[in-house]
Amino acid sequence: MDIYLPIAEMSVNALLIILMGGAVGFLSGMFGVGGGFLTTPLLIFYGIPPAVAVASSATQITGSSVSGALAYWERGQVDVRMGGVLVAGGLVGAGMGQVVFSVLQQLGQIDVVISLVYVLFLSVIGGLMLRDALAALKAARAGVAPPPRRMRHLPWVAALPWKMRFPGSGLYISPLAPLLLGAGVGMLTVIMGIGGGFIMVPAMVYILGMRAQAVVGTSLFQIIFVTAATTLLHATASKSVDIVLALLLLLGGVTGAQVGVRAAQKLSPDRLRLALAIIVLAVAVRLFIGLTLTPDEPFALFEGA
Amino acid sequence: MIGRILLATGLWLALVGAAPIRLITQLSQARIDINTTFRGSEMLVFGAIQYPQGSVPDAPPDIAVVVRGPSAPVTVRQKTRIAGIWVNARGVRFESVPGFYAVAATRPIAGLADERTTAIYEIGIRNLQLSPGSGADGNVSRAFEAGLIASRQKAGLFTERPGGVQITRGVLYAARIALPAAVPVGDYTAEIHLVRQGRVLASTSASFLIDKSGFERWVYVMAQENSLAYGLAAVLAALAAGAFAALVTRSRW
Repeated sequence: MDIYLPIAEMSVNALLIILMGGAVGFLSGMFGVGGGFLTTPLLIFYGIPPAVAVASSATQITGSSVSGALAYWERGQVDVRMGGVLVAGGLVGAGMGQVVFSVLQQLGQIDVVISLVYVLFLSVIGGLMLRDALAALKAARAGVAPPPRRMRHLPWVAALPWKMRFPGSGLYISPLAPLLLGAGVGMLTVIMGIGGGFIMVPAMVYILGMRAQAVVGTSLFQIIFVTAATTLLHATASKSVDIVLALLLLLGGVTGAQVGVRAAQKLSPDRLRLALAIIVLAVAVRLFIGLTLTPDEPFALFEGA
Repeated sequence: MIGRILLATGLWLALVGAAPIRLITQLSQARIDINTTFRGSEMLVFGAIQYPQGSVPDAPPDIAVVVRGPSAPVTVRQKTRIAGIWVNARGVRFESVPGFYAVAATRPIAGLADERTTAIYEIGIRNLQLSPGSGADGNVSRAFEAGLIASRQKAGLFTERPGGVQITRGVLYAARIALPAAVPVGDYTAEIHLVRQGRVLASTSASFLIDKSGFERWVYVMAQENSLAYGLAAVLAALAAGAFAALVTRSRW
């Protein structure tokens, strides 16, 4: 079933896009990641122009995160105060990201930079998660108690001023740390078309030291707002949001997210982390191969001024 | 329109006093709509050759049909390996690159006329005047031009079809021009040239429009002109879809 996308200006197989959205939505619900780190590269592999892929993927993440976030909300697993601080930082970061995005587009380097940043972040975070998950699984198999998790946040986080309480996260820290974290992730949202959950979730655990139950729900909560702002930025600045593409992705995505949430409740957290680590690393490897392999076309075309 | 072309051709012929061999042409559509199910289209360019005193020669002349879409500047960047990574390095800017260019002819372009003639009428992909920007020397810009052409050919946007024009009884000609799904929107022209013994004896042209229609057009215009409202609508649609899915599945818990 082919359908013509009005902004991407190309004909795509609607069924394939819906399935793509479904698979990504499943991961979204399962891991609390937006799934954009998969959607954007998949769309680009399919032939969608990178700018449209990034912008429309942000729109679809908004929707797929809503159904996930609502599910966690009902379980009381969203820390609204922490989420609010992260969103505030995220909005600032998104604005800065838009400037960087425009400059890179003018230089004709946006696709290379998108891939490079992906490889960098995905391999570092995937590697960290893999190490952690393997250690936990090994300990469980040996029958010993898992090594005690360091629940305390990093020393520099504790040193920041103006501490306040985040009861939902079980924290008493300065809002500056989540604000900075939110800004960094917001910037990446605009440039990479990701929700940033795959960075946000480990950062919440390892840097802020948040209570594990609140991590995924709060991450989804902040993703909704930052990706919504990103959609608005892309819609007004680069006019590259394809609403038809986003809705096709969503059609599969929202369904997949619900299934993912329920699957996550049944699986052990360590296995979940292992699975996510492997997926993240696989995408990194695929992108790295794409960057280093001699391209079929020795030239790249950039339309317009 | 056709009447005016005929009139103009007639006047020109009267002035130069050449043999009044004339081309009459017609397009299958004046407008091609891009809607939701658009998967590419086809334009039939057809017409008749009007010989002086109606004397049809034994060997019919050659016909070349050139269809081109709106031109736009394109920057071509060469990919270069830096520290093992392929990046977009130096670029050459071409000022006027047609978004679509198709040639159909009764024989291979090289056999129609000499290079100078085909270059003047821009018949054939190699004869396109893409106006490379200054700063690059001839050899370099030729390499970039070849890259640009190869990329457009791969996308089906630059095509050359020798044997793509059929002539019936030496009088009627017809060419089918395939328009892929990726054609850019805008004003198109079809130029028809009659070539005999290496000389272009008659030329005519017709124009048509490719544009988005219905829902596709509405979305596109909204995104361009009311971009903030469009962005808000996209966010609301995404939120509604997510909330709806959550409500539907919750009842099953």
